[in-house]
Amino acid sequence: MTATGVSSARTVEDTEGTVRRPYGPVILGVFLALLVVALVAGVAIGPLRLAPGAVLDIIAAKLGVGEATGYTAAEVSVVWDIRLPRVLLAALVGSALAVSGAALQGLFGNSLADPGVIGVTAGASLGAITAIVLGLTVLGSWTVPGMAFIFGLITTGLIYALARPGRKGGTVQLLLVGIAITAVTGSVNGFFTYIADTTELESITYWSMGSLNRASWTTLAAGLPFYVAGVVAVLSLAKPLDVLALGERQAHHVGRNVRRTRILLIVASALVVGAAVALAGSIGFVGLVVPHIVRLLIGPGHRWLLPLSAVGGALMLVVADIGARTLNPPSEVPIGLFTGLVGGPFFLWLLFRRRTEMRA
Amino acid sequence: MTPVLQAEGLNVVLGTNHVLKNVDLDVHAGRLTTLIGPNGAGKSTLFAALSGDLEPSSGHVLLQGREVRSYRPKQLALLRSVLPQDHLVRFSYSVEEIVQLARLSHAPDPDRDAQIVADSLAAAEMAGMRRRDVQTLSGGEMARTAFARTLAQTTPVVLLDEPTAALDLRHQEVVLRHARRLRDEGACVVVVIHDLNLAAAYSDRVVMLQHGAIVADGPAEQVLTAERIGAVYRQRVLVTDHPTRGCPMVVTVD
Repeated sequence: MTATGVSSARTVEDTEGTVRRPYGPVILGVFLALLVVALVAGVAIGPLRLAPGAVLDIIAAKLGVGEATGYTAAEVSVVWDIRLPRVLLAALVGSALAVSGAALQGLFGNSLADPGVIGVTAGASLGAITAIVLGLTVLGSWTVPGMAFIFGLITTGLIYALARPGRKGGTVQLLLVGIAITAVTGSVNGFFTYIADTTELESITYWSMGSLNRASWTTLAAGLPFYVAGVVAVLSLAKPLDVLALGERQAHHVGRNVRRTRILLIVASALVVGAAVALAGSIGFVGLVVPHIVRLLIGPGHRWLLPLSAVGGALMLVVADIGARTLNPPSEVPIGLFTGLVGGPFFLWLLFRRRTEMRA
Repeated sequence: MTPVLQAEGLNVVLGTNHVLKNVDLDVHAGRLTTLIGPNGAGKSTLFAALSGDLEPSSGHVLLQGREVRSYRPKQLALLRSVLPQDHLVRFSYSVEEIVQLARLSHAPDPDRDAQIVADSLAAAEMAGMRRRDVQTLSGGEMARTAFARTLAQTTPVVLLDEPTAALDLRHQEVVLRHARRLRDEGACVVVVIHDLNLAAAYSDRVVMLQHGAIVADGPAEQVLTAERIGAVYRQRVLVTDHPTRGCPMVVTVD
């Protein structure tokens, strides 16, 4: 009897196009567990292969928990000085790119708004390169991320002014602005390449391709404050980001100060992109792929989209980095090329799927 | 009784176009007022000025005696809700999630909020589709979702811009019946509408605009005369009595 009642109730409910919302904490737990596994694997895998247990022993000992006896100095150094900063950097950069992607997509109301695609990364890179070539040291080790943040901020503001959501042109306008900004920063970068000396040239090449091989505790420390400040700010904007999905006018109707939200979002995403770019140069498409997959898993609500993107982005880049290091040892494939290879086709697929599904 | 919403000497100039010319309008609580007029008469502009979206070139819009654009967004959202004509939602939110956003500015009260959202969905006949992905809705279903969202804001002033435009016959009546219920509960309801018969059936007061000015203002039977409609809309009509509703009925003729 009960079963009949339930099934008849089901037929009343229109189930076509129904959304499912899995329980957020469960997915977050799974993501975090996978991330821990990937981090340990990232430290264990390399020319000097280590057992996961050894990795955990050495890290624990360095943190003052227990003792790591029976490991060579080389093994300890590989774990603590080389690989751990490297995987943590990959995690931080991947997380930053995915969070900024999710935030920019909410701001522009467009799921194609990846920081690389719309030109924010290019602007931030220009800031970093300017700092290097001009030898700026105003803020000490924070000069490069600071300049990346400032340039990223200006660029995001400019893109926003030129391709405001809700205006005519929509996606096309946004992508064209991205192309134009990338072209302009590209030629300025080209000029810097032209006047740079050999060591600067190396840095510039590394920036424009995207790479994690500058990882050290010092570089991590330089980027961390920007990342933390930006991510905390973005996470606190989860509710306003949901409201922005109604469009700016309607967001105002339900009581959101849209101007303030917009400014906060631009600053917060520039902080996060600035951190990522200063530490690893331009690594594309993480900000596009990760939020998209998370939305498919749990829906567009930013309360879960943002933290899951933060963890998912870290996971993606740590795994991609393991791939980049082991594909052709001992040399490593620049990770930017690696993510581009996956992300480029994904971007095209998104673009064409949108074209066929909806014309707006 | 002091008016809830007042426009005083409202002028709006967009480029070289004088869209609103010295418009004065007072609307009161417990009344359903419709704004009618041909395309380009200035209805939507007046609506945008009343809702606080548009800054008039001169003149004032006062909501409960205070300049509408001087309110903070959150305060304003507790006083007036707006159903705009375009309701594009980004990303695959569910119908229910969109309606829940209307509770943003209210002090959180989970049980009450859930009840209001459920009632609003039911009033718009969207309860059965509450878990649907808004990206998969038809134009009319999207419009009803937006109407439910407007209701869930539970404000004393409700502004509806062509709420029936995308709707089928039944849902046009459903939406306006509910607007009239809000009026009965004491709300000040302002509706921009094209369908003169719906305006005649549901309004306490009809305000007709032409060329950016109010040309007639009063009960439907006074405003909707064949002569006036013919002149303002440049379309010959006959006006008879509605067979059951006791209001005028407008029929176009060749």
